[in-house]
Amino acid sequence: MKIHEYQAKEILRRFGVPTPRGEMVTSPEEARKVAQKLATPVVVVKAQIHAGGRGKGGGVKLARSADEAALLASKILGMNLVTPQTGPGGRIVRRLLIEEGLDIKRELYLSILVDRAVEAPVVMASAAGGMEIEEVAKENPAAILRETVRPAVGLQPYIARKLAFGLGLSAEQAQAAVPFLQSLYRAFIETDSSLAEINPLVVTGDGRLIALDAKMNLDDNALYRHKDLLELRDLDEEDPLEVEASNYKLNYIKLDGTVGCMVNGAGLAMATMDIIKLAGGAPANFLDVGGGANADQIKSAFKILTSDKEVRGVFVNVFGGILRCDVLATGVVNAARELQMKLPVVVRMEGTNVEQGRQILRDSGLNFTIAEDMKDGAEKVVRLAGGAR
Amino acid sequence: MSVLINEMTRVVVQGITGREGAFHAGQMIAYGTKVVAGVTPGKGGTLHNEVPVFNTVAEAVRTAHADAAAIFVPPPFAGDAILEAIDAGLPLVVCITEGVPTLDMVRVAAALRGSKTRLIGPNCPGIISPGKCKIGIMPAQIHRQGNIGVVSRSGTLTYEAVGQLTHLGIGQSTCIGIGGDPIIGTSFLDAIRLFNDDVETHAIIMIGEIGGNAEQQAAKFIGEHVRKPVVGFIAGQTAPPGRRMGHAGAIISGGTGTAKEKYEVMAAAGIHCVQSPADMGRTLAGVIGKSVAR
Repeated sequence: MKIHEYQAKEILRRFGVPTPRGEMVTSPEEARKVAQKLATPVVVVKAQIHAGGRGKGGGVKLARSADEAALLASKILGMNLVTPQTGPGGRIVRRLLIEEGLDIKRELYLSILVDRAVEAPVVMASAAGGMEIEEVAKENPAAILRETVRPAVGLQPYIARKLAFGLGLSAEQAQAAVPFLQSLYRAFIETDSSLAEINPLVVTGDGRLIALDAKMNLDDNALYRHKDLLELRDLDEEDPLEVEASNYKLNYIKLDGTVGCMVNGAGLAMATMDIIKLAGGAPANFLDVGGGANADQIKSAFKILTSDKEVRGVFVNVFGGILRCDVLATGVVNAARELQMKLPVVVRMEGTNVEQGRQILRDSGLNFTIAEDMKDGAEKVVRLAGGAR
Repeated sequence: MSVLINEMTRVVVQGITGREGAFHAGQMIAYGTKVVAGVTPGKGGTLHNEVPVFNTVAEAVRTAHADAAAIFVPPPFAGDAILEAIDAGLPLVVCITEGVPTLDMVRVAAALRGSKTRLIGPNCPGIISPGKCKIGIMPAQIHRQGNIGVVSRSGTLTYEAVGQLTHLGIGQSTCIGIGGDPIIGTSFLDAIRLFNDDVETHAIIMIGEIGGNAEQQAAKFIGEHVRKPVVGFIAGQTAPPGRRMGHAGAIISGGTGTAKEKYEVMAAAGIHCVQSPADMGRTLAGVIGKSVAR
C-alpha cells in the first residue's frame, strides 16, 4: 500500500526520525494558518499525491509569507498534477503539506528496502540526493553504498557509521547518523514496510540531519497486524474500478485495451494478456479471480470488467483445479443474464469438470463462444472485439 | 525416480483441521500420498479422517516419522509454522499459504540457511511426482507419469503447461510450483539443479514471470551446466511497469525484471523460448523429437 509523504513523516516522527515541522492542509486558509504558525522566513507548499517527481510538475513551491502560501495553495489544490510518474493523465491534488523551509547544505539519498536477492533488508545510500536511485544505478552504480542488515542482529551502529563516512559526512554528523538510521530501521520493521525512502536526506547549515522528503510503501500482506495504518489508505489515489474490485477480493488492474479478461491465477492472467497481444488485440485489464472464486465474485468480476467503457469483448480463461468448470460456467451464465450482457463473451475452460461446464454454457441459450484452447480463444475474442488495433 | 518426493514420502499436514488443510489432505490421500500425521495445536491426540493429529511438528516427526510437511495454515501463522517445521528437522517443507508478510519470510530465509530443510513456496501449488506422490493443491488428474520436469512461479500456468503436455501424450517426472512471492524457499536455480541431476528427467519446462532476476540466474546455470533441453516462457510481456500483477513478486521496478530482459538472458543460454503460453507443450514436443499432430 502506498501512503502520502505527510503520513510517512508522521510515522517517522513517531519513531524519532527528524523531519521538518509541518502540517497537512486541504484549503488555502489552513495553509495560511500553518505558515503563520511555522513562522519561518520561507515555507514549502508540497502537493500530496502518490507519485514522485512532484517538483518537476509544479507541485512543490516556496512561499515567503503566509499570504503567498495561501495563494500558492489555492493554485495547487485542485490542479491536475502531471509528473513523470503519474503518466499523462496526472492526478488531482487534494491535500498539501505546508512545511518550514530549511537551510540546506547537502542533499543525500537514503533508503531501506527488502532485497529479494539477499532475502534481507538492505540500506542504500548515495551522495546524489534528489536524484532517482534508478538513475544513479544506471549512470554510476559505484556511487551507491549498500549494507545488508542481518535480521536477527538488527541495524547496529557500525552500519550507520560506515554509510555516513562513506558519504563523506563529518565525525559529528556520522554520530547523528546512528540514531537517525536506527530510528528509520525501527520504523521500517515495525510498520512492515517494503520501502522507506528518504530522498533527499539533508544536512542543514547547523549540521543536523533531516528527512526532507519521505516515501513509505507498506506490505499489503502485513496490514492485518496494523489496523492503524490501514486508515492511511487514500481511495482518491486509486482507480475506482480497482477499489471496487478490492472490495470483492478480486485482483484487478485497469489497462488501456479493449479485451476484458477474467482469469484464475495471476500467472495465467498475465499470460492471457500476453496472448491477446500476440493475437493482435490489447488487454483492457488484468483480473485474477483467484483459486476459490464463488458465483458472487464471478458476477462482480463481470460487472467491473464491463463497466470499463473501452471493453468490446470479454475473454474468460480458466484452468479449473479447485475452481471447478461447472461452478465457473454457472457463475458466468448467471452474471451474463443478470447484467444483460451485450458484449461478445469467449470462454475457454480446461480442467476439472470441463465437459459439464461447456454443457452449461451451451444449454444457457446465451450467445457464448466456446474456445478450444487459449490461442483459439484469444484469436476469437480479438476478432469479436473488432479486430486488431 | 523423481525429485524431492516419491512413493515413500511421509507427509505431515500442518493445519489439517482447517477448511483448506482438511480438504487438500483428503485429496492428497486420495491420490496415494502417505499422509501420516496432522498438526493442530490443541487438538493433539485426536484423529482427523483417520489421520492422527499432534500438537507439535516435533511430535509428528518423532511418533509418525513424517519426513515432509504440507502447510495450510492462514497467513498470520504461516511463518511460524515454517519455522516449526525447520526446527523439527524436516528435509522438505511445502508451504501453500498465500499472503505471508514479507518480513516473516525474511526471518524464515535466515532460519533456512544452514538448516537441513528445503522449503517450497510459500504462495505456491506445491509439488507432484505423477503416479507417486502429491504435496499440494494441483488438480491431480491432468498429470501423467513421464520424463519432463516442470518448474513455475505460477499455479494455474503450471496446470496449463502440464495440461498441454499430457494432451500431447507427454508425461512429467516432477512438477514444482515455486511460488509467486518475492522471498521463496526453492528458487528456479535450485529446481533446475535437481532436474539436471535426476536421471528420469529428460527435458525441462521453466515458466517464469516478470519481477526479480531468479530466471536470469537459472538461465546462466543452464547455459553453463545443463545439457538437457529446456523450454522457457515468461508471463507478463504486456504488464505495465510499477504495478504488482497479482503475485507480490510480479512487479517491474526501476525498469528491471521485464520479460524482454529475461527472454534475452534465457535465449543466450540456449533455452528454447516461447512467446505464446499456448506453445509450451508443442515446443517441448518438438525439442525432444516427439511428433505432434497439427
